[in-house]
Amino acid sequence: MDKRYTLRRPGKISWVRGILSHGVYLPYRRLDLAAVAEISGGGGRRGHRTVASFDEDATTMAVEAGRASLRSGVPVEIDSLWFATVSPPYLDKTNAAAIHAALCLERGCPAYDTIGSVRGSMGAVRAALAQEGPALTVAADVRVGLAGGPDEAYFGDGAAALLVGADSDAPVLAEAGPWVSVTDEVLDRWRTPGDLGSKVWEERYGELRYVSSGVEAFEGVLKRAGLSAGQVDHLVITGTHGRACRSIRGRLGVPPERLVDDLAMQVGNTGAAHPYLLVSAALEKAGPGEVIVLLVLADGAEALVLNTTTAISDHQVRWPLAVQLAAGAPIGYGQYLAWRGLLAVEPPRRPEPARVSGSAAGRRVPWKFGFVGSRSEDGTVNLPPLTGELEGQPMAEARGTVTTFTIDRLSYTPSPPMVFAVVDFDGGGRLPVELTDADAADVRVGDRVEMTFRRLSTADGIHNYFWKARPLREGRA
Amino acid sequence: MGSHGIKDRVAIVGMSCTRFGEHWDKGLDELIVEAADDAFASAGLAKEDVDAFWVGTAQSGMSGLMVSRPLRLRGKPVTRVENFCASGSEALRQAAYAVCSGAYDVAVALGAEKLKDSGYQGANAFPIPSDGTNRTVTAAAMYSMIVPAYAERHGISVDEVKTTLARIASKNHHNGSLNPRAQYRREMTVEQLLSQPRVAGQLSIFDCAGVADGAAAAVVVRAEDALRYTDRPLYVKALSFVAGDGSGVTDAAYDYTTFPEVVESATDAYRQAGITDPRRVLAMAEVHDCFTPTELVLMEDLGFSSRGHAWEDIRDGAFDLSGDLPVNPDGGLKSFGHPVGASGLRMMFEAWLQLRGEAPAERQIATVGERKLALTQNLGGYPGEMVSFVSILGTEPD
Repeated sequence: MDKRYTLRRPGKISWVRGILSHGVYLPYRRLDLAAVAEISGGGGRRGHRTVASFDEDATTMAVEAGRASLRSGVPVEIDSLWFATVSPPYLDKTNAAAIHAALCLERGCPAYDTIGSVRGSMGAVRAALAQEGPALTVAADVRVGLAGGPDEAYFGDGAAALLVGADSDAPVLAEAGPWVSVTDEVLDRWRTPGDLGSKVWEERYGELRYVSSGVEAFEGVLKRAGLSAGQVDHLVITGTHGRACRSIRGRLGVPPERLVDDLAMQVGNTGAAHPYLLVSAALEKAGPGEVIVLLVLADGAEALVLNTTTAISDHQVRWPLAVQLAAGAPIGYGQYLAWRGLLAVEPPRRPEPARVSGSAAGRRVPWKFGFVGSRSEDGTVNLPPLTGELEGQPMAEARGTVTTFTIDRLSYTPSPPMVFAVVDFDGGGRLPVELTDADAADVRVGDRVEMTFRRLSTADGIHNYFWKARPLREGRA
Repeated sequence: MGSHGIKDRVAIVGMSCTRFGEHWDKGLDELIVEAADDAFASAGLAKEDVDAFWVGTAQSGMSGLMVSRPLRLRGKPVTRVENFCASGSEALRQAAYAVCSGAYDVAVALGAEKLKDSGYQGANAFPIPSDGTNRTVTAAAMYSMIVPAYAERHGISVDEVKTTLARIASKNHHNGSLNPRAQYRREMTVEQLLSQPRVAGQLSIFDCAGVADGAAAAVVVRAEDALRYTDRPLYVKALSFVAGDGSGVTDAAYDYTTFPEVVESATDAYRQAGITDPRRVLAMAEVHDCFTPTELVLMEDLGFSSRGHAWEDIRDGAFDLSGDLPVNPDGGLKSFGHPVGASGLRMMFEAWLQLRGEAPAERQIATVGERKLALTQNLGGYPGEMVSFVSILGTEPD
């Protein structure tokens, strides 16, 4: 066991750290990439990519993935939060602070961003493994490529979370083994801050460099783990260079059937989130006593060995990847382009929403970010919390029923019409609230809904985060 | 403790109402001057004779200066009040209490709104700095929730409710077509109304009040002084105002088929005026038809129809101009549009005309004479969280 990944406490045994829980979040919409070429004159491909809704960003999707990982019944208090993305909604300001607030983490739990590069999410896991206590790493990306280009078709949107800790916290599902890192300053893919799309160097050059770094890291990590390629049960390969990720497959000696599906046909590459997403996919499939190797090609290579434990057999994933893959609904290419700001569409002829007051929002963080209402002495649940009522009532995980609803074609929304429902929550509480991830024609009184963290609007660069309801879809535990 | 009312202690002795509509050539000042001058003339007063002013506006101006400046008032108290869409009624209420208290002899209540300068269709509220969690849905959408809820509670089809709403709109369009002060003067048939595209729930644009500029005013004095100004004053029989606690928005027991604030303010007003059977004693009612389903629910909340049966009374023409209780004989918000602060006083202006027999012959209602009372009902807010005002005015003191 590599010393760096165990913690020694005075007078106590060393705990091996690893993954306690994991969760993924795929946005609801799917773009059929065959539709691209007709409009953009080229590009697209066979298959689909995931598309973040107009009201989602990396922060909101990270919240959803974080909730998915915490929902699996692992009773831990998070000691640190790490957020990785290449599409941060804010600079200067810590994006993870909003995730921290939405997940109702303790005030003393630090929240850090590792933003800007795909490799950053690996740094976050590394930091989480080096911490004491449970650490939540979340990664999310809204990946944009210019219309008709290869990135538009190669990318996808999504989020995933890995809850890292030791058996002293909760049963470890997969222990972290050796980690080998190769850092290589290589000009292959880059994006200037403010640009919509990335640029890439001539493909063959990056491929050679990445395959070289990847083989070095992979062979190094197997050697340190005392494993042969044939003992790898699940091989996850992802990175910034699609072609390198494909061509290295045949160089590692791992049988092709042990390669974990990179979800290119259904999701696309979700940037910083993709290593977590694929590890989560591998953990969903793995049995006890199996070896997972994660190989990430990004400015060099990262290789990590994960050894699953017997605890994985009892672990219930509450919102599995397969369910989310099956749950999507199509979005037209034009709507996709409009949502990403790549097609200038006529805005609603209504005044734009005013910017959120920072101080007003600051007084109501548990409500606005955590969806915490209040409870009266007689048990009545109040949404929003009543002034003077101190008893908090967490409602983010509550489910409800649409009592009545309306379709509003007059209200300001970036994607009309607005579907607005009166939701009565199980166990009490009523809120008139916007529905999202729903087609207006399909909404019915009596529909079951759950809450989802969204970005309502942006004004003066301030993102207005709050909650919406979305239809509860089949397959959710 | 108690809400005692001021029955027969205050009278309206002069009123005015501008034409409501898109006054591209008039600003707020011109509308206020026109309404004030007409009200002064109606009561045979000069502005110097008025001791105090109240002006209701939602968001067209601030402070008493919005009246004292254009009227060039010197040394007079002017108070601007705001109470959502009931701001005009609120101005009258404050002026009436001030006169009743003896603090002033003559007070003027004004209501005015200039909506058409915003550059947007529809009325848009001033953004108050907030945490961003308030709902963003439009008023039309909130009121549209009534349609399926009413159908469900009373066991009739949504189509029947839709037809009822079209009958309400058609009636009000008809009444408005006879009124030169109305914004819209076109008849609309039920069939035409039913074929309009939907904009919010089951509602079409024709289920919504229009957006208009306008102003209206009333002169109030103590009842014992009334006959010095006019031989046909309108006595204030009841003024009631209820601001709800907002619980309907979050209370699962609320079902969007009634407005508790309206029931409460109507009950209070009927008690103040000593009315037990409003359907039989009122000559007319002006009610807040901001959206057609609002008028449907109001017929029941005001006690004109029994619960669940307003749609039948509407179908049978009970509230038509020639019905047994004409509702919105001037055309209502539907025909006038809704210059927010002016609407409450516009409603009273129709009571002023009808009860005094001054409405044009084609619009004069037949119930007046035998019946001597009119009701106005003005509300603001949404189902579940609203303010409601009810007044009862009459031609004779008890």
